[in-house]
Amino acid sequence: MSMTQTLNIPMSTSGSTVKTHINKQPAAQAQGEVKLSASDVRVFYGQSEALHGVSLDIVKNEVVAFIGPSGCGKSTFLRSFNRMNDTVAGARVTGKITVDGRDIYDPSVDVVLLRAQVGMVFQKPNPFPKSIYDNVAYGAKLHGLASSKSEMDEIVESSLRRAGLWEEVKDRLEAPGTGLSGGQQQRLCIARAVAVSPDVILMDEPCSALDPIATGIIEELITELKKNYTIVIVTHNMQQAARVSDRTAFFHLGDLIEIGETAQIFTNPTQKRTEDYITGRYG
Amino acid sequence: MNKPNNQGYAAIEAKVKASLQRRQRQETRFRLVGVGAVLIALALVASLFGTILSKGLPSFWQATFEIDVHFDPEIVQIGPKPVQASGESPAQFKERDMAWQMDLGFVDFSQLLVNAIAKHIPAAADSPRDAIALITSGEAFALRDRIVADPSIVGKTVKLKLLADANVDVWLKGNIDRSLPDDRQQLSAQTREWADKLYADGVIKNSFSTAIFLNTDSRSSLAAAGLAGAFMGSLMMMIIVILLAVPIGVASAIYLEEFAPKNRITDLIEVNINNLAAVPSIVFGLLGAAVFILWFKLPMSAPVVGGLVLTLMTLPTVIIATRSTLKAIPPSIREAALGIGASKVQATMHHVLPLALPGILTATILGVAQALGETAPLLLIGMSAFVSAVPATPFDQSTALPVQIFLWQGNELRNFFEGRTSAAIIVLLALMLSLNSMAIWLRKRYETRW
Repeated sequence: MSMTQTLNIPMSTSGSTVKTHINKQPAAQAQGEVKLSASDVRVFYGQSEALHGVSLDIVKNEVVAFIGPSGCGKSTFLRSFNRMNDTVAGARVTGKITVDGRDIYDPSVDVVLLRAQVGMVFQKPNPFPKSIYDNVAYGAKLHGLASSKSEMDEIVESSLRRAGLWEEVKDRLEAPGTGLSGGQQQRLCIARAVAVSPDVILMDEPCSALDPIATGIIEELITELKKNYTIVIVTHNMQQAARVSDRTAFFHLGDLIEIGETAQIFTNPTQKRTEDYITGRYG
Repeated sequence: MNKPNNQGYAAIEAKVKASLQRRQRQETRFRLVGVGAVLIALALVASLFGTILSKGLPSFWQATFEIDVHFDPEIVQIGPKPVQASGESPAQFKERDMAWQMDLGFVDFSQLLVNAIAKHIPAAADSPRDAIALITSGEAFALRDRIVADPSIVGKTVKLKLLADANVDVWLKGNIDRSLPDDRQQLSAQTREWADKLYADGVIKNSFSTAIFLNTDSRSSLAAAGLAGAFMGSLMMMIIVILLAVPIGVASAIYLEEFAPKNRITDLIEVNINNLAAVPSIVFGLLGAAVFILWFKLPMSAPVVGGLVLTLMTLPTVIIATRSTLKAIPPSIREAALGIGASKVQATMHHVLPLALPGILTATILGVAQALGETAPLLLIGMSAFVSAVPATPFDQSTALPVQIFLWQGNELRNFFEGRTSAAIIVLLALMLSLNSMAIWLRKRYETRW
């Protein structure tokens, strides 16, 4: 499956951006069904513009990694896809973002439904201080996905299985989620996001607070989740981007510098700044 | 690189050492000052509690007669208590009952007490005024109440516990200079002598008295003055404060913290809430008098007005404390809930509020405890009136515990009421301490371990 996905990504990246502001991906670039699409997205915090007009498309069932030095706007951009920026006081988004062709900043869009469709995993594991079961069941309960206890049990089990946590916690579902290890907590958060059956999962540096072994488990999980979900991951770890993503986007100072197939970005970037960054000259 | 030579290094080392010594001296001094401050504070608290306890605790034990009282039918000349006869109209029965009560009103109950004392001191029969001064005046009416409750008592002799007069209590406890001349003593020489004799004989004992808890304030029977009315008044006000200040305060805090847009208007509101918390409480009393009594025509001296005034006073405290509790909830919890599609209200109600609950409870209880001890605003709405009844509703006249303390400490019979005041302070402090311990217990009980 992952093989097929990789094959879906065209080899040619010659159409990649030169000028970020008009970074409209050629159709050939993102083959397959376009899941997320951003065009000329700008994010303002008060008066300052944090993101200077970014455009890109993300197709179904691919993993796209956003890399770049701190403060380059990659997290800000990620959070625009499920409108989490709305919760930041003074934040404003212009441009157009579509999910399945639907403009998510349209006034008619219910942000609650959007976030059910576009799930999110945060940098620091943030399970609710409740039981493991309640953590996973919460979203499903909110959206009324289960009509009976046994259905809920099923959702919880399948979500925990997808997050690769079931075997470790099946005997202690009533234990508090906050009592798990950091890596387990992050997988619990993934299970919680998966439980509401999203199409897209946004991951904001999901491994930055984890040790290498827990990181490895999450990375395997991402490869596994790709079969069913479209995943956008922000990471500071370039090896991680290289390992898990199909395509990689490099951001710098609020601009999208370059996006292309991961192998190409890491071996043969078209932009000088990308090359400087991945070779460790700054960042 | 400019590596320092040996000489230079030694010089730097000497400098560092000198500064290190200075720093260490500073730290030592700072710590000593801190310890000193704590010790001073502890000493002050200890002396405060020491004074109050040493003065107040003895007041819970009062000079009390344990004496046989004969309900002499010669003195209690009344017929049997009327019973409603068959065919008698309620009006007729009521008339007969009133007449019986009237008869009872003419009975000289003091004579019963004088006779009882005369059994121990025969001379008392000859100077009843000196004898009756031994027992606090309310006890004569207590005898009457006994007969009303059980008319068959007439003719019997019953061993009763009767409170001695406040002056006798003062005399026996040595709270008055015994060498003072007669014209400066409250009791006659005769009464003082008898009091000593009865105390020596064990007729008067210093025994634990529930009067301070069960009775209302009294001006005629000082030894029996109690806190019941003030306690009920305070209780009613606290209930009103809890019912009003908590929902309003918590709701406004949640709105301001979680939902309100951050702009000029909310800034202004925040500044004003902070200012309100700093407004002297007596100003709230003026406001209460002007708005609730003059404008809304609510009764004076009533717990309902006191409760409203204290609610106004407690609101800012509750709002500020609740907001700081909400601020302390990590935003990651809100993000987690929002991120899986909870609405803002759901994120707040399901996650933020339960986590904030122990803090909110603590803040509330501390606010209520503060309101419980507040005196100044109550003076301005007439709650410092003398009230000798337990309020039945919040619209009845009443006083409050701290106001009662204020009233008692101004009483003319200083020797007696100094102790009484301290005893009332002990009751108030005990209430406060139990409220505060409840706050601590709740916080510990519901604290979420992360």
